[in-house]
Amino acid sequence: MKNLDKIKEKFKDKLENIHIHNQRRIYIDLKDKKDIKEVAKFLFYDLSMRFNIASGVDTRSFIEILYHFSSDDTGEIISIRVKIDKSNPEIESIALVFKAAEWIEREIYELLGIQFKGHPDLRRLLLSDDWPKDKFPLRHEDKK
Amino acid sequence: MSKNTIIPIGPYHPLQEEPEFFKLQVEGERVVGVEINIGYNHRGIEQLCEQKSYDQVTYVVERICGICSTSHPFAYVNAVEDLAKVVVPERALYIRTIIGELERIHSHLLWLGLAGHFLGYNTVFMWSWKYREIVLNIFEQISGNRNHYAMMKPGGVRRDIDKEDIPTILKGMDELETKITMLKKAIMDDPVLHARLKGVGVLTKEEAINYSALGPVARASGVKIDVRKDEPYAAYDKIDWDIIVTENGDLFDKVVVRILEKLESIKIIRQCLKKIPSGEIDAKIKEIPPGEGIGRHEAPRGEVFHYIRSDGTNSPVRHKVRAPSFMNVATNNTTVIGTNVADAVIVLAAVDPCYCCTERLYVYQDHKKVMDANELIKLSQERTEELRKKLVV
Repeated sequence: MKNLDKIKEKFKDKLENIHIHNQRRIYIDLKDKKDIKEVAKFLFYDLSMRFNIASGVDTRSFIEILYHFSSDDTGEIISIRVKIDKSNPEIESIALVFKAAEWIEREIYELLGIQFKGHPDLRRLLLSDDWPKDKFPLRHEDKK
Repeated sequence: MSKNTIIPIGPYHPLQEEPEFFKLQVEGERVVGVEINIGYNHRGIEQLCEQKSYDQVTYVVERICGICSTSHPFAYVNAVEDLAKVVVPERALYIRTIIGELERIHSHLLWLGLAGHFLGYNTVFMWSWKYREIVLNIFEQISGNRNHYAMMKPGGVRRDIDKEDIPTILKGMDELETKITMLKKAIMDDPVLHARLKGVGVLTKEEAINYSALGPVARASGVKIDVRKDEPYAAYDKIDWDIIVTENGDLFDKVVVRILEKLESIKIIRQCLKKIPSGEIDAKIKEIPPGEGIGRHEAPRGEVFHYIRSDGTNSPVRHKVRAPSFMNVATNNTTVIGTNVADAVIVLAAVDPCYCCTERLYVYQDHKKVMDANELIKLSQERTEELRKKLVV
């Protein structure tokens, strides 16, 4: 829980909600998606946490991205949640902060249609080239 | 650029469970660039899981990987249990641990065999695949299947391990220990392999952290991570065992880590069989509440990560699966640069989505076929042979 205290201290007015599922699973909601780069940098470099993966969810009204970081000392996973408006689906890329995020951002880009600003090489990762450009498999309106 | 030759490797190969495509840029014999393309085997499993019930998903995720088929169900049941806050019966935890470790042994043996083949050590290939049979036979005896054991289930395991089976497993472990120790000596004392593998395809500690590399790939580079120790699940915290870490990050260390880990696995299995308590094997989950859960498992290739979100119905709303190769394959971006073409095969294979192509690999120069996969493997084997002669004379 020490890591959580440090995050609270550093970003106290940028956090909207903290949900502690149990000692090792902590979910933190960010107020504004633009802070993600700074928070990711802090977790990865200052707290030496490992980037596990990011996962995107279409909740119908908006799109949510969870950035999962884990600490290999305490065994806890801290998931940073950002909300993205469907009318303006873009967010700052964290691929330049650490390379581990490069592929997953490409995956979320093609499956949920999120534009990652500043990504060094934002092209498709999994889908084939002939998949229609405006269809995103994990978006509700495209799930038929 | 004009002098560079492009060597396409992939995308399909009968040995690898995940088709992937490496476009090597070669200047003379040196690799100067690599482009990795994946996605040839995208089956939409994450979305498929959203249409299945929690019990069915276990079977779906079991089919993600053919080699380490219990890794995904293991992480998945951990995620569901984290979400529903289920306490799993002790006996089930021990059985899970045994299955997980047996799988690590056979997966590492499979990789070692392939690595031996690429290097021209076909004896290593024959041996390790032969000894892998011992593990597969044990699996058949426990679960009825040599692969896809279908042992996991949210809340417990599906089958018990019979008392009568335990002596056979222990006998298998004794046999494996002798054989793996022999392989360990044969490989670690071989001067040719030293010359061939040391200092090749190095992944530095900094890069390993930057790429968030996992499993044996990270541990060979001196990053001490292992979910089994960092966030103990199943029975791993009740057993005495060590994480194998080496410092150099080259191919030799990746081999060493995988060999020594097999011996640790044998140690774990023996202790589990000794300590396994009697009792129930299933917590019988009635319903899954709304919420989120994250489950991890240290698969033979590294940490498997599953994220589940539930809305209270009988199937997940979102199921994110992250296999270790997703992180590890990307490290080829640094390891393969600067190596010799003859080394590239084994460097790319060292992360263990055992790649290397037999049929689909051709080298084209000015639209003429110069080389195919068999020749590339031959090139690799010849290099070993050359070194061997030099060292013997």
